Amino acid sequence: MSEIKLDSKVPSGPLAEKWDRHRFEMKLVNPANKRKYHVLVVGTGLAGASAAATLAELGYTVETFCYQDSPRRAHSIAAQGGINAAKNYQNDGDSIYRLFYDTIKGGDFRAREANVYRLAQISVNIIDQCVAQGVPFAREYGGQLANRSFGGAQVSRTFYCRGQTGQQLLLGAYQAMCRQIELGKIKPHTRTELLDIVIIDGQARGIVCRNLVSGEIRSYVGDAVVLATGGYSNVFFLSTNAIPCNVTATFRAYKRGALFANPCFTQIHPTCIPVSGDHQSKLTLMSESLRNDGRVWVPKKKGDTRHPNSIPEDERDYFLERKYPSFGNLAPRDISSRSAKEVCDEGRGVGPGGRGVYLDFADAIRRDGKAKIRERYENLFEMYERITGENAYEQPMRIYPAPHYTMGGLWVDYNLMSNIPGLFVLGEANFSDHGANRLGASALMQGLADGNFILPYTIGDYFASGKKLGQGNRPPLDHPEFRRVEAEVTDRIKRLIACKGKRTPTEIHREVGRMMWDYCGMSRSEAGLKHVLQKLPEYRESFWRDVHVPGTGEELNISLERAGRVLDFIEFAELMALDALTRNESCGGHFREEYQFTEEEAKADPTGKTIKGEAKRDDENYCHVAAWEYRGPGETPVLHKEPLVFTEVKPTLRSYK
Amino acid sequence: MNLKLHVWRQKNANSPGRMVTYEAKNISPDMSFLEMLDVVNEDLIHRGEEPIAFDHDCREGICGTCSLVINGIPHGGFRATTACQIHMRKFKDGDEIYIEPWRVGPFPIVRDLMVDRSAFDRIIQAGGYISENTGGAPDGNAIPIPKEKQETAMDAAACIGCGACAAACKNGSAMLFVAAKVSHLANLPQGQPERFRRVLRMVERHDLEGFGSCTNQSECEAVCPKEISVKFIAQLNRDYLRASLMSARDAE
Ligand SMILES: Cc1cc2nc3c(=O)[nH]c(=O)nc-3n(C[C@H](O)[C@H](O)[C@H](O)COP(=O)(O)OP(=O)(O)OC[C@H]3O[C@@H](n4cnc5c(N)ncnc54)[C@H](O)[C@@H]3O)c2cc1C
Ligand code: FES
Repeated sequence: MSEIKLDSKVPSGPLAEKWDRHRFEMKLVNPANKRKYHVLVVGTGLAGASAAATLAELGYTVETFCYQDSPRRAHSIAAQGGINAAKNYQNDGDSIYRLFYDTIKGGDFRAREANVYRLAQISVNIIDQCVAQGVPFAREYGGQLANRSFGGAQVSRTFYCRGQTGQQLLLGAYQAMCRQIELGKIKPHTRTELLDIVIIDGQARGIVCRNLVSGEIRSYVGDAVVLATGGYSNVFFLSTNAIPCNVTATFRAYKRGALFANPCFTQIHPTCIPVSGDHQSKLTLMSESLRNDGRVWVPKKKGDTRHPNSIPEDERDYFLERKYPSFGNLAPRDISSRSAKEVCDEGRGVGPGGRGVYLDFADAIRRDGKAKIRERYENLFEMYERITGENAYEQPMRIYPAPHYTMGGLWVDYNLMSNIPGLFVLGEANFSDHGANRLGASALMQGLADGNFILPYTIGDYFASGKKLGQGNRPPLDHPEFRRVEAEVTDRIKRLIACKGKRTPTEIHREVGRMMWDYCGMSRSEAGLKHVLQKLPEYRESFWRDVHVPGTGEELNISLERAGRVLDFIEFAELMALDALTRNESCGGHFREEYQFTEEEAKADPTGKTIKGEAKRDDENYCHVAAWEYRGPGETPVLHKEPLVFTEVKPTLRSYK
Repeated sequence: MNLKLHVWRQKNANSPGRMVTYEAKNISPDMSFLEMLDVVNEDLIHRGEEPIAFDHDCREGICGTCSLVINGIPHGGFRATTACQIHMRKFKDGDEIYIEPWRVGPFPIVRDLMVDRSAFDRIIQAGGYISENTGGAPDGNAIPIPKEKQETAMDAAACIGCGACAAACKNGSAMLFVAAKVSHLANLPQGQPERFRRVLRMVERHDLEGFGSCTNQSECEAVCPKEISVKFIAQLNRDYLRASLMSARDAE
């Protein structure tokens, strides 16, 4: 048995006072001493860039790492919709408590109460900070900040910058970073990929990276390592993530002893442009703000191939409005996605291959006029036309769900530290705040909360708690452990180059990804997961025979980069499927076909809130975080459970009817 | 459709490069331009050759990573479109396509079609920010910002830093990039305290990096995938002039 004990370190006291109390109780590093501590921040998305800038402002010395050619290009840039905050500027009944409650409920009661409450508290500071940095949020004519309602919320609490919120927020954080680079407090490394983590005397002390231009393998040492490396949606090959997004950093950390939590909690976004063919390299999200004005429907008849505009009103099924009268087209993502899959499985899907549903703006255009709709969504309509060649002002869009976000990630405590001392994990890379399903516009919020307002406090507490850290205590780069990990990394690259099989890394990725999508995607069954768990070890082995990587390791080599990432995805997929198989319930984005309400159960519910086919949670047996421990190649990982205790809200049936 | 591609191949910054011809076969009109290159690359790997290296990330026209000169025009000359957003339905069977990297002195070639754009990061480092530490910000609504001002700031802030402006300019000037950041911040109340210092420092760094000077040819605006207007260069010039006069006065 393993000796790891999960301690969430959630502070005592009433929920609303925990964070304040904790901030008071944490140890501080004397301002003059801060420069003696060196932090390695891997990832410069919203979480990493905001953390790096804030740590440097406080006086720590920082090095940042990203694989793009500039920190400004992290995939946070792609977020279109917006960022939530409990400002209640609209006076429509929002509050910190309501944002907290919505997030906990949205996550299907699989997140830590104290973390989520803190997130809601901090949300208000984030907006202030961004405005001060020059983020050009949308404004009303009176000059006040504008809001919209977004993805499953009944209040208007989402702040946005046209359809480019992620980009503008990231530029704010990037610019704050740039200021610190100019001041000499941050040293940035671009086109640099983390390939492993170095742990010495039980503490995270460094990383081993590959310079993607020269191929050089190099180690970096610090007093803490911060991973803010984003999510793993590309395990499905096709997702709304950028092609280079990977699980490598977090998976390497897992293999070095960090626990991976809830890997099966993945989010499938309902409004993406459907797949057009086998050449497809990635999927494009259409912001779900479109659901504020678009109505989702399919023909009532199976295999109806008429042009959508010639299908009369009474032959259309507005299935979300029908099933969820009070939320309608704004039903949460997991629910909307699954409903779309359902109608397509019934043979009522539209477009090529029948994997699509309509998102129709005709009523909104009739109501508000074309000009208004154009003002709201112009860039989205343009993007849609560019990709599909269809004009959505004239005919409904076609959409289909696609992998988009991963709630699972490395396990962290309340301080955002993993079970490995000195290894902190931020943003999408950790598992923390979204439970089994994330609400729209809350990932940007979490990234900035982690980076700007949480880590800068908690890392100080770690440094100050006296564990032989800081200048003078850092191990040298020729420490045997650095040497050993470097050798392992170099050896793996050599082996990849030496394979000379017959398949490209992309081909293998596409095949494994499709299998994961089919059996571990929107819905999962015991038989399907067992099938995957049997196939994946075969892929893991055959990869080393099949893959072909031209060129060498000592140069810029795009195939080599891809091969390494694909290999990690294949190994990681096994963990994901195992987690999905072990969680014998349906919750949030994790839908197990065996666990859904039957017709009889729906009928028997006196409140009428239960719907046949809806996810059936099992709070008695699965109200916990599943944190997995790596036990070596081919060994079954060990499951550690962190029980989730709800003192403030009572887990209820997550009904959106 | 079948196409003939002429692609710039160059092993690294120090070796000479040349155009190499490839056939792109069975290309579907629904593919994106980069997916077409993916197909060519998969074929190259199968033949044991090294794939064409090109920069890309989001493939949604927002990150500014892709950077291809297509038939002599940065991003190919389709209105408001990055290379990654071009779809093959814009081409026809039998077309010949020339694909080259950005060619501007301050953007050295890294490999094939990839260039080093860190000069842009250094220009931002010179002053493209508001010096505001985390923590002390007043309420977001404390300073109302007129909608028109915010919209103008947003128009400028939409720059994705791809570098097409510099690649298109016969002088190799990146003034549109600098102007976009200067104008984004100069149109917001929060950007005022550093407004004049910022413009001086950013222009100085721009010149230092080796970008040429702007002679109002507007080639930059024509290729900009975010349609950043040259009117921002006019705003930059006004601010720059004022700033120079102010600093001359301060020096007296
Ligand atoms: C298309 C799209 C739209 C979205 N829209 C919204 C929205 O409207 N609202 C919302 O709240 N959320 C949205 N999200 C989710 C949100 O954008 C992301 O969850 C969030 O931005 C992730 O930020 P991050 O800082 O954790 O990671 P990222 O921004 O993904 O950054 C990851 C960083 O890690 C680096 N990195 C990764 N691996 C390595 C490695 N091995 N070595 C070195 N560096 C590495 C990368 O270079 C990058 O700098 C959207 C997501 C997508 C994909
Ligand atoms: S790849 Fe991001 S803009 Fe083209």
